[in-house]
Amino acid sequence: MKKLIYISLLLFFAQDVFATIIHVGKEQNIKTIRQALLLAADGDTVLVGSGQYHEQNIIINKSIALIGINHPVISGDNKFEIISIKANAVTVEGFKLINSGVSSIEDFAGIKVYNGKDIVIRNNILENTFFGIYIQYGINCLIENNNLTAYSKIEQESGNGIHCWKSDSLRILGNNIIGHRDGIYFEFVKNSIIWRNVSEHNLRYGLHFMFSNDDAYICNVFRDNGAGVAVMFSKGLKMIRNYFEENWGDGAYGLLLKEISDGYIENNVFDRNTAGIFMEGASRIHMEKNQFIDNGWAMQIQASCMDVTVHNNNFKGNTFDVGTNGNLVLNDFNNNYWDKYEGYDLDKDKLGDVPYRPVSMYAMIIERNPPAMILFRSLMASLLDKTEKVLPSLTPENLKDNHPLMKPLAL
Amino acid sequence: MKKIIKYVIIDILRNKIVLAYTAFLLLISISIFNLEDNSAKGLLSLLNIILIIVPLVSLLFPAIYVYNSSEFLELLVSQPLKRKTIWLSLFLGLAVSMSFAFFVGAGIPILLFQATATGFMMLGAGLILSVIFVALAMLAAVIARDKAKGIGVVILLWLYFSVIFDGLILFILFQFADYPLEKMMVAATAFNPIDLSRILILLKMDVAALMGYTGAIFKDFFGTQMGLIVSFLVLVTWMIIPTWLSLRKFKHKDL
Repeated sequence: MKKLIYISLLLFFAQDVFATIIHVGKEQNIKTIRQALLLAADGDTVLVGSGQYHEQNIIINKSIALIGINHPVISGDNKFEIISIKANAVTVEGFKLINSGVSSIEDFAGIKVYNGKDIVIRNNILENTFFGIYIQYGINCLIENNNLTAYSKIEQESGNGIHCWKSDSLRILGNNIIGHRDGIYFEFVKNSIIWRNVSEHNLRYGLHFMFSNDDAYICNVFRDNGAGVAVMFSKGLKMIRNYFEENWGDGAYGLLLKEISDGYIENNVFDRNTAGIFMEGASRIHMEKNQFIDNGWAMQIQASCMDVTVHNNNFKGNTFDVGTNGNLVLNDFNNNYWDKYEGYDLDKDKLGDVPYRPVSMYAMIIERNPPAMILFRSLMASLLDKTEKVLPSLTPENLKDNHPLMKPLAL
Repeated sequence: MKKIIKYVIIDILRNKIVLAYTAFLLLISISIFNLEDNSAKGLLSLLNIILIIVPLVSLLFPAIYVYNSSEFLELLVSQPLKRKTIWLSLFLGLAVSMSFAFFVGAGIPILLFQATATGFMMLGAGLILSVIFVALAMLAAVIARDKAKGIGVVILLWLYFSVIFDGLILFILFQFADYPLEKMMVAATAFNPIDLSRILILLKMDVAALMGYTGAIFKDFFGTQMGLIVSFLVLVTWMIIPTWLSLRKFKHKDL
């Protein structure tokens, strides 16, 4: 009996805790989202029925869940930021957000988080927004399964897809980002993960890291972006199982590493890029089990890099395997498979007996004198390459793989 | 004219050198494609053959053939035939047999193993180069009366087009490295059919690398429809001008 009283008492007081659900829609009493937000209290859920909503700027300053049913369309009418989140523990789910304002003074976004914790942004479709999803001072936020499409033509007049600034512990999972300036942009973001996103046809970078430490990006696809992926001035990054594809053009790289330290690059595929990886000022980077296929340069590793270890990677069908700009080599290549290797394996330990020099003479010539590309693969160029192999003079003496693999690794 | 062409082709076939050349190409191309585990790499080895062997054979054999058939030419000239007809028939007979030899020897393996854009470009380049160098060989043969001298000239021509010209270009590139030479380089390729065909093939084979800084300039020119048409016209000019020059010379030559 006593128990029953406790339970009923508990239920009685718990009434207060039960969140209410507020319905918004054409057939409902509440017609606009703004009105619903005024009525809602912390912990409530606002369910929005399908239809078109023109509500200028929707500001969420309570911890609520705003959920769209069948992707109701909210338009920014090309003037406004669509949803601004200024509270903790907000969920925005299932909307189609179109036509945000474009401004060169303010960063209008489809969904912008101003300083919030535990925010979830899930299953939204964003079309023609200036910035897509903008997180500033966000902690422990989840951005999942959103589709972002922009149609920008000029870099100066376009925003980033998922823009994160001064945040911590973000999870960015399974988003598709097309046609923005940078697909995903990280600046001062720590301890975050980017997983299973597809970022393609963006004007500048598919993914852009600045001053962001201890993050990981895993299983993403970066395809045909203006300049590939840029990772700069960061440390402690893990890059695993990503695809970098078809980033073509002058200054376009599958992956650009600039002033990076303590990075870990594993199991990625670099396919048909002008340069697979371009490294400048990178140190203590460990690269293994990556595949470099049909790139112009598989790797360009500048003399300013040190302690980069390149072990157990496959290099196949690249025009040039490695390019560099000086004679100083402080990096270590070992046990990679190079399809251009012409050595032999007498002791049958599956490792070549003579070292492989991945920097060809002609790659050095082109580095010094780019128009010489016009003579590439001519008899003259092959003769130069052959003489260099016998008597190395131009190519860096220490840049060599001492134990190249005879057979490609199965990756 | 048809009769002479037919006679020339039959005579060349009887000669067996062209047959040997065909067999040689066939053997090399098939073994290249079978040895390499990826056929794109095979294509690369084949590129060297097209750029080196094809011009060499297409220069040497026709030149020697023209010298050896000087008596036959005298006989034809004594007949009521125009010299133009005789010379063009000889040219066509040689050009057809050389390009046919290339088509059978290298073209068919390419079509079998690598029927890609690169493969087709290579096939086209090989055929065009065969014809161009037959024309050049006949020009050399008609200018130099002495056989040894003629063959020497032909070998020098080959050396010039495949090594010396590129060496000069490289020299210029390094001597004038401070100047923007990209446009000039594009123009310079017009003076060497081997270079021109090599670049056309490269554009298909090394697209990714060519999209880099200077490569982009070449790509902007050669990669466009317009550039392709211009390059093709330049190559055709390389066939027509030597033929025309040699024809003019032959018309007035005291045999």
